[in-house]
Amino acid sequence: MSLDRRRWLSGVGASLAGLWLAGCDRLVANSTFNGMLKVAEKWTERAQRLITDRNALAREFAPADISADFKANGTLRPQDPEYVALLAENFASYRLQVGGLVDQPLSLTLADVRAAPSRTQITRHDCVEGWSSIGKWKGARLSALLDRAKLKPEARYIVFHCADTLDPSATDGAGKYYESIDLIDAYHPQTILAYQMNDATLPVRHGYPLRLRVERQLGYKHAKYVMRIEAVASLDGIGRGQGGFWPDRGYEWYAGI
Amino acid sequence: MADKPAKVMICRHSGVTRITHWLNVLAVSLLLMSGLQIFNAHPALYWGAASTFAEPWVSMKKVEVGGEPRGITTVGDLRFDTTGLFGWSGAEGAREQRGFPAWATIPSYRSLADGRRWHFFFAWLFVINGLVYWLWGLARGHIAKDLLPSRAQLRPGHILHEIVTHARLRFPKGEPARSYNVIQKLTYLLVIVVLLPLMVATGLSMSPGFNATLPGLIDLFGGRQSARTIHFLAATGIVLFVAVHLVLVVVSGFWNNMRSMITGRYAIEATGADGDRA
Repeated sequence: MSLDRRRWLSGVGASLAGLWLAGCDRLVANSTFNGMLKVAEKWTERAQRLITDRNALAREFAPADISADFKANGTLRPQDPEYVALLAENFASYRLQVGGLVDQPLSLTLADVRAAPSRTQITRHDCVEGWSSIGKWKGARLSALLDRAKLKPEARYIVFHCADTLDPSATDGAGKYYESIDLIDAYHPQTILAYQMNDATLPVRHGYPLRLRVERQLGYKHAKYVMRIEAVASLDGIGRGQGGFWPDRGYEWYAGI
Repeated sequence: MADKPAKVMICRHSGVTRITHWLNVLAVSLLLMSGLQIFNAHPALYWGAASTFAEPWVSMKKVEVGGEPRGITTVGDLRFDTTGLFGWSGAEGAREQRGFPAWATIPSYRSLADGRRWHFFFAWLFVINGLVYWLWGLARGHIAKDLLPSRAQLRPGHILHEIVTHARLRFPKGEPARSYNVIQKLTYLLVIVVLLPLMVATGLSMSPGFNATLPGLIDLFGGRQSARTIHFLAATGIVLFVAVHLVLVVVSGFWNNMRSMITGRYAIEATGADGDRA
């Protein structure tokens, strides 16, 4: 190949690569294109729901598999005054509120939650970032709590309102952490409100006093510092309307992949 | 110049092969670049079910060396200074900590959420496109007829001969050029039967939802972090294949190859005069 031709080819190659990159960045910023890409989330959710038994369990591990270095992400110690005050009195006046579209709203002390039907499981926690850690969780079965609260027929999602502000810069009031799941996950046997981790009281950095475990989804669905559970018919009007703190910031609401 | 051998045009690639090839080029390129964006969210690899944060087998990070930030890549016990490429990259003065550099990721800036949205959309395109190719290839005999090597082609002597002629960048002309040679066949089969399906299988194994659907698949790979590692290694294999593939496309007759993959028409010399065997 002659030098001229080689130079020409590499010039064309570099220009094409530059155009390609600039084009991709412009498409990322294009809302129509983003809307098109977002349909894949629905396809994935429907496909996984279609081929997976609603009660199919996430893998449970042996005690020897428990990670010694279980990583904590998001808020590690909430600075919100309400949480700080509760922590100072060891959550004596804490009441888990279960409300929204229910016939029998609940207000439960931590002792009530610990006395509720429970489940213990050793599961793998998969962070959206790509890492995994294995931990042992004991918690109240969400299905039993929801049965006690008697969901109204129009309830479609369960929303978990948390104590921690993860984005203090949010000016629209959407800086607090929250997450939501549908009724399939809410009634899944492994979906629990964990109050124990690795046979000890749940540490603050992992969500004390209560952390949602929804084992067939990624880590950000596992809301920490749960204060209030709300049954709703629609996710509109909560936060920025996408069903969770991270979904409000571009992440998928369905975090099964 | 004056004595050019006569050319005949043959139909090299069917319409399905051509369309699925270019859709695959698009999907794999975007999957690779959005995949590197996702990798950058935690630029380290492990073996087994869970991460052992203190001992990744591969990591890319920023490390202060003598008060100066450097990009350090580790592979096992090996340590490489990869400043400007892995770990610490970007224009001088505007360097940032990231696994792969901006020019290799979609989007160029850090956004795990956008990277994932691109990755999972084009993963669907990749899978559907691959299924179309596979089903058509099996039903119409393309895979059996054009890609499976004949017994004669698999003789060690023949394979050795092909390796030597490839290394000398001498390619079949005339009649033997009508079909793929044994190295082409084996390489394409490796990509189509092993690497590309492995990407889908290891990718699905990283999905906690799909783990509940089919727990046996992730066990096959030795756990989620192993699946992530194999996903990365198989992607590396695809990048290596593409690099060699592109070089060979250029040196074995760039325009003829491009025309055949776009229009299907491929020129071969009419006289079968050459030293190669089919």
